[in-house]
Amino acid sequence: MILARVVGTVVATRKDPRLEGKTLLVLKPVSPEGKDEAGYVVAVDTVGAGYRERVIAVSGSSARMAEGCKDVPVDTAIVGIVDDVSLD
Amino acid sequence: MLIARVIGELVATHKHPSHEGAKILLVQPLNLDGSNRGDAVVALDAVDAGVGDQVLVTTEGFSAMTAVGRTQSPIDMAVIGFIDHVELVPGVA
Amino acid sequence: MQLGRVVGCVWATVKNASLEGYRLLLVQPLAADLRDTGKRLVCTDWTGAGAGETIYWVRGREASIAFFPDQPASDATIVGIVDSVHCAATKSKPARRQAERH
Repeated sequence: MILARVVGTVVATRKDPRLEGKTLLVLKPVSPEGKDEAGYVVAVDTVGAGYRERVIAVSGSSARMAEGCKDVPVDTAIVGIVDDVSLD
Repeated sequence: MLIARVIGELVATHKHPSHEGAKILLVQPLNLDGSNRGDAVVALDAVDAGVGDQVLVTTEGFSAMTAVGRTQSPIDMAVIGFIDHVELVPGVA
Repeated sequence: MQLGRVVGCVWATVKNASLEGYRLLLVQPLAADLRDTGKRLVCTDWTGAGAGETIYWVRGREASIAFFPDQPASDATIVGIVDSVHCAATKSKPARRQAERH
Protein backbone atom coordinates (compact mmCIF):
# COMPACT_ATOMS: atom_id res chain seq x y z
CA MET A 1 0.00 0.00 0.00
CA ILE A 2 1.17 3.51 -0.64
CA LEU A 3 0.58 6.89 0.91
CA ALA A 4 -0.75 9.45 -1.53
CA ARG A 5 -2.69 12.66 -1.69
CA VAL A 6 -5.78 13.38 -3.76
CA VAL A 7 -5.09 15.99 -6.43
CA GLY A 8 -7.95 15.63 -8.88
CA THR A 9 -10.80 13.72 -10.48
CA VAL A 10 -11.11 11.78 -13.71
CA VAL A 11 -14.38 12.17 -15.56
CA ALA A 12 -15.11 9.21 -17.82
CA THR A 13 -18.68 8.76 -19.02
CA ARG A 14 -18.13 5.77 -21.24
CA LYS A 15 -16.29 3.06 -19.32
CA ASP A 16 -16.44 -0.56 -18.27
CA PRO A 17 -19.98 -1.07 -16.84
CA ARG A 18 -18.54 -2.39 -13.61
CA LEU A 19 -16.94 1.00 -13.03
CA GLU A 20 -20.31 2.81 -13.23
CA GLY A 21 -20.96 4.90 -10.16
CA LYS A 22 -17.40 4.66 -8.93
CA THR A 23 -15.39 7.79 -8.25
CA LEU A 24 -12.04 7.92 -10.01
CA LEU A 25 -9.51 10.14 -8.26
CA VAL A 26 -6.06 11.25 -9.30
CA LEU A 27 -3.47 10.48 -6.63
CA LYS A 28 0.07 11.69 -6.25
CA PRO A 29 2.25 9.39 -4.14
CA VAL A 30 3.83 11.05 -1.10
CA SER A 31 6.62 10.01 1.23
CA PRO A 32 5.83 9.37 4.92
CA GLU A 33 7.24 12.86 5.55
CA GLY A 34 4.59 14.23 3.20
CA LYS A 35 6.86 15.07 0.25
CA ASP A 36 5.54 14.49 -3.25
CA GLU A 37 7.00 11.56 -5.12
CA ALA A 38 7.23 11.07 -8.85
CA GLY A 39 4.27 10.04 -10.96
CA TYR A 40 0.55 9.74 -10.34
CA VAL A 41 -2.08 7.06 -10.42
CA VAL A 42 -5.82 6.94 -11.03
CA ALA A 43 -7.62 5.08 -8.24
CA VAL A 44 -11.17 4.08 -7.37
CA ASP A 45 -12.35 5.68 -4.15
CA THR A 46 -13.98 3.37 -1.59
CA VAL A 47 -13.93 5.67 1.44
CA GLY A 48 -15.20 9.05 0.27
CA ALA A 49 -11.84 10.78 0.18
CA GLY A 50 -11.73 14.47 -0.72
CA TYR A 51 -9.30 16.84 -2.36
CA ARG A 52 -6.04 17.41 -0.52
CA GLU A 53 -6.60 14.49 1.81
CA ARG A 54 -3.81 12.05 2.47
CA VAL A 55 -4.92 8.51 1.76
CA ILE A 56 -3.81 4.89 1.73
CA ALA A 57 -4.06 3.20 -1.66
CA VAL A 58 -3.70 -0.47 -2.38
CA SER A 59 -2.54 -1.53 -5.82
CA GLY A 60 -2.34 -4.64 -7.95
CA SER A 61 -4.82 -7.49 -7.74
CA SER A 62 -5.30 -6.74 -4.04
CA ALA A 63 -7.23 -3.62 -5.03
CA ARG A 64 -10.13 -5.88 -5.96
CA MET A 65 -10.21 -7.26 -2.42
CA ALA A 66 -11.40 -3.86 -1.22
CA GLU A 67 -15.04 -3.63 -0.22
CA GLY A 68 -17.05 -2.55 -3.26
CA CYS A 69 -14.32 -3.47 -5.72
CA LYS A 70 -14.97 -7.17 -6.01
CA ASP A 71 -14.74 -8.20 -9.65
CA VAL A 72 -14.37 -4.58 -10.70
CA PRO A 73 -11.51 -3.95 -13.14
CA VAL A 74 -9.40 -1.74 -10.90
CA ASP A 75 -5.70 -1.84 -10.16
CA THR A 76 -5.58 0.82 -7.47
CA ALA A 77 -8.16 1.50 -4.76
CA ILE A 78 -8.22 4.10 -1.99
CA VAL A 79 -8.83 2.13 1.19
CA GLY A 80 -8.19 4.65 3.96
CA ILE A 81 -7.89 8.29 4.85
CA VAL A 82 -4.74 9.03 6.82
CA ASP A 83 -5.20 10.85 10.11
CA ASP A 84 -1.57 10.91 11.04
CA VAL A 85 1.74 9.23 10.33
CA SER A 86 4.28 8.97 13.10
CA LEU A 87 7.89 8.33 12.28
CA ASP A 88 10.41 7.01 14.79
CA MET B 1 -5.06 3.01 -13.60
CA LEU B 2 -3.26 5.35 -15.95
CA ILE B 3 -4.33 8.14 -18.25
CA ALA B 4 -3.16 7.45 -21.79
CA ARG B 5 -3.70 8.40 -25.41
CA VAL B 6 -4.28 5.86 -28.15
CA ILE B 7 -1.54 6.43 -30.74
CA GLY B 8 -1.80 3.40 -32.94
CA GLU B 9 -2.93 -0.10 -33.63
CA LEU B 10 -1.00 -3.34 -34.11
CA VAL B 11 -1.64 -6.05 -36.64
CA ALA B 12 -0.52 -9.48 -35.50
CA THR B 13 -1.67 -12.54 -37.38
CA HIS B 14 0.09 -15.04 -35.19
CA LYS B 15 -0.86 -14.36 -31.60
CA HIS B 16 -2.23 -16.01 -28.51
CA PRO B 17 -5.76 -17.33 -29.26
CA SER B 18 -7.16 -15.34 -26.35
CA HIS B 19 -6.23 -12.14 -28.21
CA GLU B 20 -8.11 -13.11 -31.38
CA GLY B 21 -10.83 -10.69 -32.35
CA ALA B 22 -9.73 -7.98 -29.94
CA LYS B 23 -8.26 -4.69 -31.06
CA ILE B 24 -4.60 -4.41 -30.04
CA LEU B 25 -3.85 -0.78 -29.32
CA LEU B 26 -0.62 1.09 -28.90
CA VAL B 27 -1.21 3.56 -26.08
CA GLN B 28 1.05 6.28 -24.76
CA PRO B 29 0.74 6.78 -20.98
CA LEU B 30 0.56 10.47 -20.07
CA ASN B 31 1.64 12.62 -17.16
CA LEU B 32 -0.88 14.91 -15.53
CA ASP B 33 0.45 17.84 -17.61
CA GLY B 34 -0.26 15.87 -20.78
CA SER B 35 3.37 15.06 -21.53
CA ASN B 36 4.45 11.52 -22.36
CA ARG B 37 5.16 9.26 -19.43
CA GLY B 38 7.70 6.69 -20.55
CA ASP B 39 7.30 4.59 -23.64
CA ALA B 40 4.12 3.49 -25.36
CA VAL B 41 2.64 0.17 -24.29
CA VAL B 42 0.41 -2.40 -25.92
CA ALA B 43 -3.10 -2.84 -24.47
CA LEU B 44 -6.16 -4.78 -25.54
CA ASP B 45 -9.27 -2.73 -26.20
CA ALA B 46 -12.40 -3.23 -24.09
CA VAL B 47 -14.37 -0.12 -25.09
CA ASP B 48 -13.83 0.31 -28.85
CA ALA B 49 -11.31 3.12 -28.60
CA GLY B 50 -9.49 4.61 -31.59
CA VAL B 51 -6.43 6.66 -32.39
CA GLY B 52 -6.46 10.04 -30.64
CA ASP B 53 -8.80 9.03 -27.80
CA GLN B 54 -7.79 9.81 -24.25
CA VAL B 55 -8.42 6.66 -22.27
CA LEU B 56 -8.19 4.96 -18.92
CA VAL B 57 -5.82 1.98 -18.89
CA THR B 58 -5.75 -0.69 -16.23
CA THR B 59 -2.37 -2.23 -15.54
CA GLU B 60 -3.47 -5.22 -13.53
CA GLY B 61 -3.94 -8.61 -15.12
CA PHE B 62 -7.27 -9.82 -13.77
CA SER B 63 -8.91 -6.45 -14.36
CA ALA B 64 -7.58 -6.39 -17.90
CA MET B 65 -8.66 -9.97 -18.60
CA THR B 66 -12.18 -9.57 -17.32
CA ALA B 67 -12.64 -6.19 -19.00
CA VAL B 68 -11.85 -7.82 -22.33
CA GLY B 69 -13.99 -10.78 -21.29
CA ARG B 70 -11.25 -13.38 -21.41
CA THR B 71 -10.17 -14.94 -18.17
CA GLN B 72 -7.06 -17.09 -17.91
CA SER B 73 -5.39 -15.23 -20.75
CA PRO B 74 -2.05 -13.49 -20.91
CA ILE B 75 -3.31 -9.89 -20.82
CA ASP B 76 -1.70 -7.35 -18.49
CA MET B 77 -3.18 -4.11 -19.79
CA ALA B 78 -6.53 -3.08 -21.21
CA VAL B 79 -8.28 0.13 -22.19
CA ILE B 80 -11.34 0.24 -19.93
CA GLY B 81 -12.77 3.74 -20.36
CA PHE B 82 -12.83 7.00 -22.29
CA ILE B 83 -11.68 10.01 -20.31
CA ASP B 84 -13.83 13.07 -20.90
CA HIS B 85 -11.56 15.28 -18.85
CA VAL B 86 -9.29 15.34 -15.83
CA GLU B 87 -10.01 17.95 -13.19
CA LEU B 88 -7.00 18.93 -11.15
CA VAL B 89 -7.44 21.06 -8.08
CA PRO B 90 -5.58 24.33 -8.58
CA GLY B 91 -2.78 24.72 -6.09
CA VAL B 92 -3.05 21.12 -4.97
CA ALA B 93 -1.85 19.12 -7.98
CA MET C 1 1.99 -5.63 -22.95
CA GLN C 2 4.96 -4.06 -24.67
CA LEU C 3 6.58 -4.11 -28.07
CA GLY C 4 9.90 -5.87 -28.45
CA ARG C 5 12.31 -7.43 -30.88
CA VAL C 6 13.83 -10.88 -30.58
CA VAL C 7 17.58 -10.39 -30.36
CA GLY C 8 18.76 -13.78 -29.18
CA CYS C 9 18.17 -17.11 -27.65
CA VAL C 10 19.06 -18.34 -24.17
CA TRP C 11 20.02 -21.92 -23.49
CA ALA C 12 19.86 -23.28 -19.97
CA THR C 13 20.29 -26.96 -19.36
CA VAL C 14 19.75 -26.67 -15.67
CA LYS C 15 16.54 -24.85 -14.96
CA ASN C 16 13.49 -25.00 -12.76
CA ALA C 17 11.41 -28.06 -13.62
CA SER C 18 8.45 -25.85 -14.49
CA LEU C 19 10.52 -24.35 -17.33
CA GLU C 20 11.51 -27.66 -18.93
CA GLY C 21 10.77 -27.65 -22.63
CA TYR C 22 10.22 -23.89 -22.91
CA ARG C 23 12.11 -21.74 -25.41
CA LEU C 24 13.80 -18.80 -23.78
CA LEU C 25 14.39 -15.80 -26.02
CA LEU C 26 16.24 -12.59 -25.43
CA VAL C 27 14.01 -9.59 -26.13
CA GLN C 28 14.88 -5.93 -26.60
CA PRO C 29 11.88 -3.78 -25.60
CA LEU C 30 10.86 -1.21 -28.25
CA ALA C 31 9.16 2.18 -28.18
CA ALA C 32 6.28 3.14 -30.50
CA ASP C 33 8.70 4.22 -33.24
CA LEU C 34 10.38 0.79 -32.94
CA ARG C 35 13.60 2.16 -31.51
CA ASP C 36 15.26 0.26 -28.68
CA THR C 37 14.28 1.28 -25.18
CA GLY C 38 15.27 -0.14 -21.82
CA LYS C 39 17.11 -3.29 -20.90
CA ARG C 40 16.96 -6.59 -22.74
CA LEU C 41 15.24 -9.41 -20.92
CA VAL C 42 14.58 -13.12 -21.15
CA CYS C 43 11.08 -14.18 -22.21
CA THR C 44 9.40 -17.53 -22.56
CA ASP C 45 7.88 -17.82 -26.01
CA TRP C 46 4.35 -18.79 -26.93
CA THR C 47 4.59 -17.89 -30.63
CA GLY C 48 7.67 -19.52 -32.12
CA ALA C 49 9.14 -16.12 -33.02
CA GLY C 50 12.54 -15.92 -34.69
CA ALA C 51 15.50 -13.58 -34.42
CA GLY C 52 14.83 -10.05 -35.65
CA GLU C 53 11.05 -10.32 -35.47
CA THR C 54 8.96 -7.65 -33.82
CA ILE C 55 6.74 -9.13 -31.16
CA TYR C 56 4.62 -8.06 -28.23
CA TRP C 57 5.12 -9.54 -24.81
CA VAL C 58 3.23 -9.65 -21.55
CA ARG C 59 4.82 -9.18 -18.14
CA GLY C 60 4.06 -10.33 -14.63
CA ARG C 61 1.91 -13.20 -13.45
CA GLU C 62 -0.05 -13.10 -16.71
CA ALA C 63 3.10 -14.27 -18.51
CA SER C 64 2.62 -17.67 -16.96
CA ILE C 65 -1.08 -17.77 -17.89
CA ALA C 66 -0.20 -17.84 -21.59
CA PHE C 67 0.58 -21.53 -21.16
CA PHE C 68 -2.52 -22.32 -19.06
CA PRO C 69 -3.11 -24.92 -17.61
CA ASP C 70 0.69 -25.23 -17.36
CA GLN C 71 2.23 -22.65 -15.09
CA PRO C 72 5.89 -22.13 -15.86
CA ALA C 73 7.81 -19.85 -13.52
CA SER C 74 7.99 -17.05 -16.06
CA ASP C 75 7.39 -13.33 -15.65
CA ALA C 76 7.65 -12.38 -19.32
CA THR C 77 6.17 -14.18 -22.33
CA ILE C 78 6.03 -13.38 -26.03
CA VAL C 79 2.33 -13.66 -26.96
CA GLY C 80 2.18 -12.31 -30.52
CA ILE C 81 4.25 -11.64 -33.61
CA VAL C 82 3.61 -8.12 -34.92
CA ASP C 83 2.98 -7.85 -38.68
CA SER C 84 2.69 -4.08 -38.76
CA VAL C 85 2.22 -1.10 -36.50
CA HIS C 86 -0.19 1.61 -37.61
CA CYS C 87 0.89 4.65 -35.73
CA ALA C 88 1.96 8.19 -36.61
CA ALA C 89 5.24 7.65 -34.73
CA THR C 90 6.12 4.58 -36.78
CA LYS C 91 4.65 5.83 -40.10
CA SER C 92 2.85 2.49 -40.45
CA LYS C 93 5.96 0.56 -41.27
CA PRO C 94 5.98 -3.18 -41.61
CA ALA C 95 7.37 -4.54 -38.41
CA ARG C 96 9.17 -7.57 -39.73
CA ARG C 97 12.90 -7.27 -40.27
CA GLN C 98 15.10 -9.90 -41.89
CA ALA C 99 13.43 -12.62 -39.81
CA GLU C 100 16.20 -15.17 -39.89
CA ARG C 101 14.65 -18.16 -38.26
CA HIS C 102 16.70 -20.39 -36.04
